[in-house]
Amino acid sequence: MARFIMTVDLRRCIGCQTCTVACRHANATPPDVQWRKVLDIETGEFPDVRRSFVPVGCMHCGDPPCMHVCPSTATYQRDDGLVGIDYDICIGCGYCAVACPYQARYISHKAEFAYGEKPTEQEAARFDARRMNVATKCTFCSDRVDLAKEKGLTPGVDPEVTPACVNSCIAGVLAFGDREDANSNVSQLLAENQFFRMHEELGTDPGMYYIFDKK
Amino acid sequence: MSDQKISPGRITPWHQTNWDWRAAGNFIGGGTGTGLLFFATVASGSVDAYRIMALIALAFVGGGLTCVWLEIGRPLRAINVFFHPQTSWMTREGIVAVPLFLCALAAVWFGGGALVGIAALLGVVFLYCQGRILLAAKGIPAWREPKIVSLILATGFTEGAGLATALAAVLPGTSPRWLIGALLGALVLRRLAWMLYFKALEKNGLPKKAMDVLRPFGAKFEMIGQLAPEMLVVAGIFYGEVMPYFAVLAGLSALASGWWMKYTIVARAAYNQGYALPVLPVRGQGEVQPGVKPGWTK
Repeated sequence: MARFIMTVDLRRCIGCQTCTVACRHANATPPDVQWRKVLDIETGEFPDVRRSFVPVGCMHCGDPPCMHVCPSTATYQRDDGLVGIDYDICIGCGYCAVACPYQARYISHKAEFAYGEKPTEQEAARFDARRMNVATKCTFCSDRVDLAKEKGLTPGVDPEVTPACVNSCIAGVLAFGDREDANSNVSQLLAENQFFRMHEELGTDPGMYYIFDKK
Repeated sequence: MSDQKISPGRITPWHQTNWDWRAAGNFIGGGTGTGLLFFATVASGSVDAYRIMALIALAFVGGGLTCVWLEIGRPLRAINVFFHPQTSWMTREGIVAVPLFLCALAAVWFGGGALVGIAALLGVVFLYCQGRILLAAKGIPAWREPKIVSLILATGFTEGAGLATALAAVLPGTSPRWLIGALLGALVLRRLAWMLYFKALEKNGLPKKAMDVLRPFGAKFEMIGQLAPEMLVVAGIFYGEVMPYFAVLAGLSALASGWWMKYTIVARAAYNQGYALPVLPVRGQGEVQPGVKPGWTK
């Protein structure tokens, strides 16, 4: 069984936020919602200063606390490891949001648009009322991943069935693929490099792997 | 982890915005209501006194649940809360609430019997579910500390004993002398539970901003919220002729301080996990450096 994960090569990220923009474009998220964002962490004191750019979002945990606490079963985990939300069941209680140690969930209580209260033509066309007052988060572009079997394509290899943020990354930071497949791009990256997972000590088995050095 | 300077920004833990005073209201109403139901069972000397106490208890539990209902984004889908008893303590709380209300109302109607005990027991289970709801919130370090469960139980019993003591002073057929002893015991348990909870937070680390809320609160709580009602209880025991007045004051102060504590933990100390890096990545010709966990006490 596949377990789709994302690798993030922290050595390469330049903090350009192209992935953030691509995510917003692909998923039509409102202005105050960022399913994919890039942290800009500056450490040290002059002259010994370092900046690290860290893409974050839903980690699609193997043992997702958001799913366990959800009282309505709106949050679910697919066989391929992707964690999703059924907007038609979610009651918007916010329990998943306080259970997520990655601050990856959002609940929008009123429609907001880029230029005030009136949506642009694009925003009006893509507005989804089902997302109001319920939890939302990164889906790893599951709608694209779902096309893979039908089209005979491979997620993480073929752009058509790969998350938008991965496709858009200009520096080759993000990679997506099947952790269970030893020959997949992500398995090979993890075999060749040292990595960590954020807040791993909390037992969530996160699905984003941060590469920080070669082996 | 490195203690080097870190740039500001939304990297350090920030206050969550999903649960506010309405969530705190659920824990306040649920704790006070189920605690009162428990002490009404064991301390009310007459059927009429039980009826009054039980109805007040149910009003508190119902009020707390109404607070939650007011908070959810899709209130008309509230029935969906019952869908996930396998792992969700919120579902379990909701499921327990149904027989709790039915049993307590039946006990009020029939004026006693086994239903009184069953209702009290269901109240304790409801209170336990509330503790587990906070424990399961892994994103909020002040809530996920395992000792929160015993703290929620202890403060629920203390609030219940406090309100029952105050009511017993004005209701005929009840035993304030017996209750004031129970209140003292509950206060001692709550003090112990708070100390263990706070020590665990200090030991395991907490977002600095959450600690900035809880540390000064703890100092005030131990004096005003604990010592004051404890002194009033002791005074009530020694000055028998004016005991009802001390009992009312002690009970109400124990009740108010429990609400104060829960509001502080749920609504004010609810800082999230933030972000952390176990190591800083290699950049250019540099080497791996120690990681950062900004905004934490350790």
